[in-house]
Parts: sequence; structure tokens; C-alpha cells
Amino acid sequence: MSHSVSPATLTGRYYDLHEHDHPEGGSTMLGFWIYLMSDCLIFAMLFAAFGVLGGNLAAGPGPKDLFDLPLVALNTSMLLFSSITYGFAMLAMQRGQKGQTQLWLLITGLFGAAFLGIELYEFSHLIHEGATPQRSAFLSSFFTLVGTHGLHVTFGLVWLTVLMVQVGQRGLIAANKRRLMCLSLFWHFLDVVWIGVFTFVYLMGMLR
Amino acid sequence: MTPAEPHWSFLLGRLGPDAIPTEPIVLATFAVVALGGVALLAALTYFRLWGYLWKEWFTSVDHKKIGIMYMVLGLVMFLRGFADALMMRIQQAIAFNGSEGYLNAHHYDQIFTAHGVIMIFFVAMPFVTGLMNYVVPLQIGARDVSFPFLNNFSFWMTTSGAALVMASLFVGEFAQTGWLAYPPLSGLAYSPNVGVDYYIWSLQIAGVGTTLSGINLIATIVKMRAPGMTMMRMPVFTWTSLCTNVLIVASFPVLTAVLVLLSLDRYVGTNFFTNDFGGSPMMYVNLIWIWGHPEVYILILPIFGVFSEITSTFSGKRLFGYSSMVYATVVITILSYLVWLHHFFTMGSGASVNSFFGITTMVISIPTGAKMFNWLFTMYRARIRFDLPMMWTMAFMLTFVIGGMTGVMLAVPPADFVLHNSLFLIAHFHNVIIGGVVFGVFAAINYWWPKAFGFRLEPFWGKVSFWCWVVGFWMAFTPLYVMGLMGVTRRMRVFDDPSLQIWFQIAAAGAFLIALGIVAMLIQYTVSILRRDELRDETGDPWNARTLEWSTSSPPPAYNFAFTPIVHDLDAWEDMKRAGVARPVEGFRPIHMPKNTGAGVILAGISAVCGFALIWHIWWLAVASFGALLITAIAHTFNYRRDFHIPAETVAETEATRTRQLAALEGAAA
Amino acid sequence: MSAAHDVHGHGHDEGHGSLRDYVWGFGLSVILTAVPFWLVMSGAIADKGTTALVITGFAAVQIVVHMIFFLHMNAKAEGGWNLLALLFTVVLVVIVLSGSLWVMYHLNHNMMPQGTMQGMEQAP
Repeated sequence: MSHSVSPATLTGRYYDLHEHDHPEGGSTMLGFWIYLMSDCLIFAMLFAAFGVLGGNLAAGPGPKDLFDLPLVALNTSMLLFSSITYGFAMLAMQRGQKGQTQLWLLITGLFGAAFLGIELYEFSHLIHEGATPQRSAFLSSFFTLVGTHGLHVTFGLVWLTVLMVQVGQRGLIAANKRRLMCLSLFWHFLDVVWIGVFTFVYLMGMLR
Repeated sequence: MTPAEPHWSFLLGRLGPDAIPTEPIVLATFAVVALGGVALLAALTYFRLWGYLWKEWFTSVDHKKIGIMYMVLGLVMFLRGFADALMMRIQQAIAFNGSEGYLNAHHYDQIFTAHGVIMIFFVAMPFVTGLMNYVVPLQIGARDVSFPFLNNFSFWMTTSGAALVMASLFVGEFAQTGWLAYPPLSGLAYSPNVGVDYYIWSLQIAGVGTTLSGINLIATIVKMRAPGMTMMRMPVFTWTSLCTNVLIVASFPVLTAVLVLLSLDRYVGTNFFTNDFGGSPMMYVNLIWIWGHPEVYILILPIFGVFSEITSTFSGKRLFGYSSMVYATVVITILSYLVWLHHFFTMGSGASVNSFFGITTMVISIPTGAKMFNWLFTMYRARIRFDLPMMWTMAFMLTFVIGGMTGVMLAVPPADFVLHNSLFLIAHFHNVIIGGVVFGVFAAINYWWPKAFGFRLEPFWGKVSFWCWVVGFWMAFTPLYVMGLMGVTRRMRVFDDPSLQIWFQIAAAGAFLIALGIVAMLIQYTVSILRRDELRDETGDPWNARTLEWSTSSPPPAYNFAFTPIVHDLDAWEDMKRAGVARPVEGFRPIHMPKNTGAGVILAGISAVCGFALIWHIWWLAVASFGALLITAIAHTFNYRRDFHIPAETVAETEATRTRQLAALEGAAA
Repeated sequence: MSAAHDVHGHGHDEGHGSLRDYVWGFGLSVILTAVPFWLVMSGAIADKGTTALVITGFAAVQIVVHMIFFLHMNAKAEGGWNLLALLFTVVLVVIVLSGSLWVMYHLNHNMMPQGTMQGMEQAP
């Protein structure tokens, strides 16, 4: 620290005298990522519950009696397709092509809806066979884990629809781009969770 | 299955005339609260304060106002939680020699549950969150938090949770399960009524607020620090806040998930924690303590930060071992996830599991001990000023060390098999929570009050309160240590052994002494407000402190800092004072600020309605309010105009007032 | 440092990815998904334990692939905070999962009367 600085210079050293407005939403991506991490822990708990209770069949039906792997594979492919189409939406957004973005978002939404449809079909089939969530701790934890993922996808679809309306109204403005990027993280995150689900619930279940 | 229950109607669900309690004590409380509430509402209307409150406070996104509202919420709920404590102490002091005391089992069990739930979730959490909300942005030289609207929303969600707990006192009942609601007792089979549902939904709603405010403060600390403030130049309180919020974000989802599973058991009939069909009640205990242990560090870490700031300010020295303090905090943050099983050693996981968790628990006392030495070495050979914040700090150090040591005793699994669920445990955790968190909050209130309101707290009544609290605490809890070692268990309503009565009477006397301490504290606040002109502090820095929040006026302007400070050293404000930096008095620019919004209040209000509907099985209302919640939230996202600029003239005017104020002070000094 | 004056918000450019990224990510994840399904459905590896281990490996690799190609994870995004948060979360997930399994396994082993659990697991 020098001794011969003028008071004005000193003030300038310690205060930002030429400050500009900070761009809005500078923390949004980080904040949303942290939210996803907290969501990840919710899934971790559900996986833990499935891991501990998944073997407790209570003399009821088990994975081998219930799971239909080709159907799960189909479902997985729906989610994978929706991931890459969302990626294409993001690329279109980067290029500033509003129509293309909307189109890819729509396709993503359709794949998401197909995923949900298949999952609901699977659930209703299981319940029809008497494999209800109330039947055993295994089924309770199975329905809760897979169902929570499904709820997230549902929420993602609602969000996607809202964003399509907003992009339609206001175009690809900074705020909307930020929102699309958040949803992108959310969507791909659900994909990652699904990797855990099909590996540890369905595939491992068949190996038990 | 539920609609088949008795007393269920489409319109009102399980709600019926029998929901209104008939116990005279509850009725009397209800009368008092209702009268008080009506009087308050009438006063607000008479003085035409509604518009002011709505515009300036309820819808405010200013982190300072939200922080203060959190503190008010904490204080109100503290009075409720303490009333519960006093009732338990009286019951246990008189229920001897065949006497049943004055509380029946149904009521007594609700009281000990409500006491724990309220004190942790609706007193300690709001206090800690309030402090972080108020102080952190000021300490890092920011103008607000990263997500100001979310901050307002978080506060109102916490308040909605608190409102549901309070409603349970007069409509229906609260859980009778203990504060963590272990199944199978909290399952449908053993708790068929609304008590546990109140518990679940109040915690879920408040939990949303807590998690979001955690995310918000992490983003704030990471992204909004003043230029030059590197991580290792952050004030210790900001560091401990960062770690606390990391813990919040990484542990509250666990609580959310566990409570979801419990509610599925209760509402849908799944078998996670039931005794039949492969369910495992112990899994609940395992999962909830994965949240529960980090939770105690969520409460104590920011308080460690408070004590660090106070010790260094009142010793007039830089904190001894700043970096070791930071590392100790980070180590505690991680270790707090490795000790959860020590809450249920007696479950029977066996020697290997118990030894592992016993050892990790003992390890965690090392960084905590390091902190203690850092404070001691800061004070060593310093010219310490014994103002109230420092007095509370001294009381904390003496009290907390003993609480910590009894904690290490409990960490030894064989010892825990003897002491588990005994009054020794109760004494231990009150020793660390009161001696740590509560004393810390009082220290913080005395320390930062002048910053928040522009005048100091009156010291005489503060000291009366201090001595009543410290002596009362030891009087109330030493007997519990003694009885715990004798084998007396917790949550007992009546006692057979007459030789124990004297200990409970001493404990009750201690509780009354604490009550006097609380009364003295309320008097202190009142007297201070009445005599605010005498106690006025215009310097903005009454304690000759070291961090940035003291560089601005008291109370700070809405924008906190007219110009963002640039940080060159740890203890940035002390550095500025030492360098003799003059405050900039011209060249003001318009300041970009977030706009107030009522959306948070509305969303939280609808959440409370939805929670209430779910508790009482009023399905139509639950569906309707959930739909309303969704629509309101979506509608809010269509509002793109969330900010405005404070014009440069307004800033210049505010700052000119401050300049005159400071000049007058200097003139008076000369 | 953190308050760099990025008026135009060019702090965001990191997190977009390119067409190449997405196509690579998609191709890899198709393979990484198909192989485990094929392994389990065909029973190509006789030993179930080995199969389980192998598909766990595939899942781990696929999660990393998604993180890099779809979530655009790298050490630079948000000044490394994203990666730090992710690593912290992974550590916690591992602690929570393995801890719960370990604790509950020992509990069942010690506290359940011999044979009860086995009896419950076998479906008639």
C-alpha cells in the first residue's frame, strides 16, 4: 500500500465508481444446477428405499413375473430420442431460428408424451394383474421410484408447453433462452436418472 | 380406502364439530390467542397499517426486510415453543405420588412433539435463515440475493408451514409421536387421525421454502461477491453460511423424500415403513437421520460464524487461524454425512457398523475443537470489550464445550446403550442447541440490531436477560444430566419414584428463570425502541467492526451500497478504515433493483390451503388448490418485468443525507 | 473476479454444445443402452453376478457420456462450481446408498430371526 495516493485515487481503488448494470439472470444457470443436485438426492433416497426394500416381495409377484423388457427398451428409446431432439432445439435456438426451435421442442414433447403413455400402460397392466403399490414393499418402492421419475417428466412436459407459448409470444429473447437452457438441463437430467432406473430396477431385477 | 372412514363428507372431509378441542387448557389458550389476534388485526386496521405492511414488507423482495421478517417469525414461534417447554416442566414436576399432573396423555404427547418440531423447524431455522438473509449480502458487498422473488416466496412458505402447526392447536390435533414421527407409531395403524398429517404437510411446505432459500444463498455467495473478494477473503460468517446452505440443499431433499414415503404409507396404503408386507420401520429411522444429522450442523455452523465475527470484532483483532476456521467448517460439512447412525446405535446393526459410526462421530469433534481454540487464541492478549454480544459468546464457549463433551460420551456405542433415550440425551442436545444456537442468535441480535434499525439495544435489560438465561439454563438441565445417568427416560408423563421429584422441581425452577430471561429480553426490545433516540447510532459502525456490512449506513439504504466496494484484504472494512478511504460523494448512477411482488404471498397462501385440505382429506379442495397453485405459478412466469432502476437523483439524495450525518458526527467529535 | 462486467452476458456461452456433441452423445448412449439390454435379455453371460457388474459399468459410463455430451459438463462451466456441486452430490449419493444398504443389511442379519427374510422373498 503506497502512502502518497490522493484521496480520490484511494476511493477509486476501494469503490467501483464506473459500475454497469449486471445482466439479469447471471446466477440462474448455477442456481438451477444446484436445484437439480438437490433433486438428485431425492432420487437417491428413492433408490436407497428400492435397494433396501426391493427384495421384500411379501410372497407377492417379483420382477421376473412382472417386467416386460422389450417394453422397457422401447420406453428407454423414447427418452433417448427426446434427448437428442431437445439438443436439436437448443442448436436451433443458438442459431436464433425460432420456428426450428419450436418444431424440435414439439417433437421432444411428443417423445416425452409417448414415454409417459408407455409407462402408464405398464403401470395399469401391473395393477390389473394385482401387482399394486400396496401389495409389497418391493412394489411400493418400484412404483414410487418409477412414478416419481414419471411425475418429473410430466412436469417437464407442462414446462415445455409453457415455454413454447412464451417463445411464440416473445421470441428467443434472453429470458426465454435462459429458461430453455434450464429446461434442457432438467430434461437431460431426467435421462440420467432413467439410466439408473432401467439398470438397477429393470435389468438387475431380471437378474435377481 | 379413506372415504370409507367414519366422519367423512365430500364437502368437509374429516373436518367436523369434533375437530374443535374440548380440553379446557386448549380452549383457554384458544380464547387468549383469538382475542390477541383480533386485537392485533383491529389495531392494524385502526392505524391503517395494512397497506404499509403489504407494500413495504409482505411483498418486499429486499433481503434485509425478509431477514427481519424471518427473525420476527422465529421470535413468535419461540414464545409458542417455550410455552410448551414450560408446560412439560410443570407437568413433570408435579406428576408424582399418584398424581396424574394436569395434562392428559393425549395432550402431553402433542406438547412434546410440538415443542421439538417448532423449536427446530420454526424457531431455529427461521432465526438462522433470517440472520444469513440479512447479513450475507451486506457482508459480500451485494445489493440483494441472486433470486429476490424466490427469497420472498421461501419466507412465506416457511410461514405457511408455521401457520399449519399453529392451526393444529385449535383445529384437530398435532402428532403424538415425538418430533421425528417414527413409524410404525406414525403409521396409519397407530396414528389414524390428523396429527401426523399436520406434521407431514407443515414440514413439507416449510421444507420447500428452506431448500429454495438454500439454493438462493449459495448462488448469491458464489456469484455476487464484490470484486476482489476471493473465497479466502470472505468473512467467516459468509463461509459458514455457504457451508450451511450446502448442507440445506443436500439434506432437505432427503427429509422431503422420507416424508413423501411416509405420506404414501398413510394416504395410499403402500408398505415402506409398515410392519407387514415387507415394510421396514427402521428404514425410516435410517433415512430420516441422514437428514437429521446434517440438520444440527445447519443450525450450528452459521452460529459458529456469528461467534467468529463477534470474537474478532470485540477483541479488536483479526480472527486467529482464519484458514483453519474455513477448513474446519468444510470438514464438518462433509463429516456431518458420515455420522447419522449414532442416533440409533441401539437399533442393532452390530459391532462393525456401530464402531464405524462411533469413530466418525468422535472425529467430528476435532474440527469443532479447533474452532474453539481459534476463538480462544483470538481473545488471547486482546483488549476485549465485554458488550452483550461478547458476553453471549463467552457463555456459549463455556456451555457448548460441556455439551460437546457429553456428546462425545454418547458417541461411544456401549455408553449409548445405557444412555439412549434417557434424559442425559435431552440434556446433551439442549446443552448444544441452547448453549450454541440460542445463545448465538441472541449474540447476533445484539450485534446486528444497530445495523438493522440504526440504534443499539439497551444493555441493562439485556444483561438481566443474559444472567437469567445462563443460570436458568444450567439449573434446568443439570438435573436432567443427573437423572439421565440414573436411567430416567425421556417423554415420561408420570413418575413412580418419589425420590426423583426434587430434580424435576429444580429443573422447573430453572425453566422459570429462563422465562424471566425471555421477559427481560422482550422488555429490552421494548425499552430500546422507546428510547431509540438516546441509543441512536449514526456512524453505521458502532462496534468498530471489520466486515463490509458496517461500511454502509444503519439501517442500510434499499440498495445497500451506492458504489460496490472493491475488496483487497480479509476484513475488508477494517482494511478500508486503516487505509483511510474516503466515501465517494458524487458521480452516483441509477441502481438496478428487483421489483416487489405479491406472488410469493399468494403462492404460499394457496399451498397452506392445499396442505390443510390434504390433512383433512378434503379432496375437492386439495385438487382445486393444487390447480390454482400451478396456474398462479405459471402465470407468474409470464411476468417479464421484474426490475426497475432507482434514479441517480434519489441515490444522490440518500447519500447526501448520509454525508451530512457523518459530517455532523465529525463536527461533534472535534 | 466473480463480478466481471460481462454486460452482454457472454458468461453463458459455455453451456451449449454443438451438433457433433449431440450426435456423438446419442450414438454412444444408444450403444451403451442396447448392450446391457441385450446382455440381460439373451443371457449372454451365464454368471448373473458378472452380468450385474458389467451392466453397472455400462450405466456408469453412460451417465458420464450424458454428463459430457448432453449436460455439457466441464471443469470450466460456472467457474468450476457446477462440477464441484456434481462431485459433492455424487459423493453424497454414494454415502447414502451404500450406507443405507450396509446399515440395513446388518440390521436384518442381526435382528431378523433366522429364515424369516428368506421365507418372505420366495414367491410361491
